[in-house]
Amino acid sequence: MSLDLNSVLSGFRASGDQTCFHGRHIKPQILDGLNGINWSLKDYESRGGYQALRKILGKDGGEGLTQDQVIATVKESGLRGRGGAGFPTGLKWSFMPRQFPGQKYLVCNSDEGEPGTCKDRDIMQFNPHAVIEGMAIAAFAMGISVGYNYIHGEIFQTYERFEEALEQARAAGYLGNAILGSSFNFQLHAAHGFGAYICGEETALLESLEGKKGQPRFKPPFPASYGLYGKPTTINNTETFAAVPWIIRNGGQAYLECGKPNNGGTKIFSVSGDVERPGNYEVPMGTPFPVLLELAGGVKGGRALKAVIPGGSSAPVLPASMMQDITMDYDSIAKAGSMLGSGAVIVLDETRCMVKSLLRLSYFYMHESCGQCTPCREGTGWLWRVVDRIEKGEGRESDLALLDNVAENIMGRTICALGDAAAMPVRGMIKHFRHEFEHHITHKTCMVHAAV
Amino acid sequence: MSSTQMNSLDLTHPPKASEFSDEIVARFAREVAKYPNDQKQSAVMACLSIVQQVNGFVSPGDELFLAAYLEMPPMAVHEVSTFYNMYNLAPVGKFKINVCTNLPCQLRDGQTALDYLSKKLGVGVGGTTKDGLFTLQPGECMGACADAPVMLVNDRTMCSFMSTEKMDQMIETLSALKDDGVQS
Repeated sequence: MSLDLNSVLSGFRASGDQTCFHGRHIKPQILDGLNGINWSLKDYESRGGYQALRKILGKDGGEGLTQDQVIATVKESGLRGRGGAGFPTGLKWSFMPRQFPGQKYLVCNSDEGEPGTCKDRDIMQFNPHAVIEGMAIAAFAMGISVGYNYIHGEIFQTYERFEEALEQARAAGYLGNAILGSSFNFQLHAAHGFGAYICGEETALLESLEGKKGQPRFKPPFPASYGLYGKPTTINNTETFAAVPWIIRNGGQAYLECGKPNNGGTKIFSVSGDVERPGNYEVPMGTPFPVLLELAGGVKGGRALKAVIPGGSSAPVLPASMMQDITMDYDSIAKAGSMLGSGAVIVLDETRCMVKSLLRLSYFYMHESCGQCTPCREGTGWLWRVVDRIEKGEGRESDLALLDNVAENIMGRTICALGDAAAMPVRGMIKHFRHEFEHHITHKTCMVHAAV
Repeated sequence: MSSTQMNSLDLTHPPKASEFSDEIVARFAREVAKYPNDQKQSAVMACLSIVQQVNGFVSPGDELFLAAYLEMPPMAVHEVSTFYNMYNLAPVGKFKINVCTNLPCQLRDGQTALDYLSKKLGVGVGGTTKDGLFTLQPGECMGACADAPVMLVNDRTMCSFMSTEKMDQMIETLSALKDDGVQS
């Protein structure tokens, strides 16, 4: 006799009520009108789903769009990559050598493991067809006939949900051969990881998709010329694809106007840590940080805000004083010396020790370094051990200089960005909270407990 | 989710390739069908996870089977099984629980939850209870940060907002299944 753990433990499954269906979004596009039950194809269609695909294929009375028109619309929208790098999506699509005679691939990066980030899971769980439609439009625009969605191994139920949605889309003729009676063919499949943060790096993801250990490749060549199985490949994040149908339906200009110049559209921010209502909040780009914090119920227990890691754990921390004036968009956060990244906003209140917080992050990067590049493999271990001894009250006077030196010797000296991602939080913490580290070293104890 | 134990090849007694039922092989075939004919290796991640779901862990014999089935060197399968944190390379408890303790979860009692389960089950982190029922491990980011404390049971079932009361309920529910077969 076998038993199904998903059923047995269904009472512990997240409903999405707290994180997604709280009605606290501002002008949502991707998460609009969702309730957890209405994820299937029929519900998606009743929300206007697959109209964008029908529109470009000329199936609703219009003439349809050319590949160039689709790419131009996405360029006009100002959509930038939602996975972390913020690269302009339309520009990336234009890099695909459309006339390449061999197989080309489209890949969705749903390996969402940047600490603090939990938006792609909700998108795929509660609105999977938005991702499928976005990928089909992208495939059309770039002349691609095969795609894969690589999904984080830890969210297996979401992987199974996505596979179910794929079956629905195939049955309805939105995927497969001769889509909606046109000459456009697109086969889309789901793949999964199994516990490796590094596979969120796009070339490590490609290696993993090829059935190998996920160690990043040298770039160049970039995936657009040498990607999956050595063929031209375009990779975008889940949220990026999910934004595309709205853009095609409403126009690039309308999307751009939702946000700020150079920062078009809405963005889903995953707010975690010391807030009353952790969850996903879809708001227009450029929304002031205090507004976002208010949506998330403010700082937990009415305590004072101490710091925010605004774009996932790899983004440098910013103190509360700087956050009050920040708007949530790529340019504003970059100007403050951090990054919007994946939109994961980790909130720390006044009771938090920054040494201890950094310690956990440094452990993570050491644990997840793929080991390929010496500066990262060795350096992340150095960072963790030095922060660990400071936390334990065994820090030395020279340790802050040592941390800075190790960080400097990792940055820019590795194949992929994990090395930089490990070094940046260290530098950000020491830059803004140096006094806390110094206090730990001098007094062998934490200053936070004394102050709060 | 690091695995400190690894399956190792005993060269004096080389492993024999495992055998799988037609039903399981059909599941492997479904994964292989997603990829080009000359890229069967791409299915290794999914096939290994199916093996683990069925057998609880991945043995050297399982790797030999998949190597032949996917037309790749056994060492290439082993490279994959040893690289990704979620593959068990040695038997674990009937229920493997991974608790996320990364920073966003730590801020919402992720570490406290792990410590609580460790005490409740009487087992150290990384260990397995004497009755073989539970293995307790820390986890890295599961991409469910707003659900903290969050934990995975047997890789595929995520449990969210795990307060002390809910952890008690979960352990009680799972303990009652000690004589049942498991398919996560």
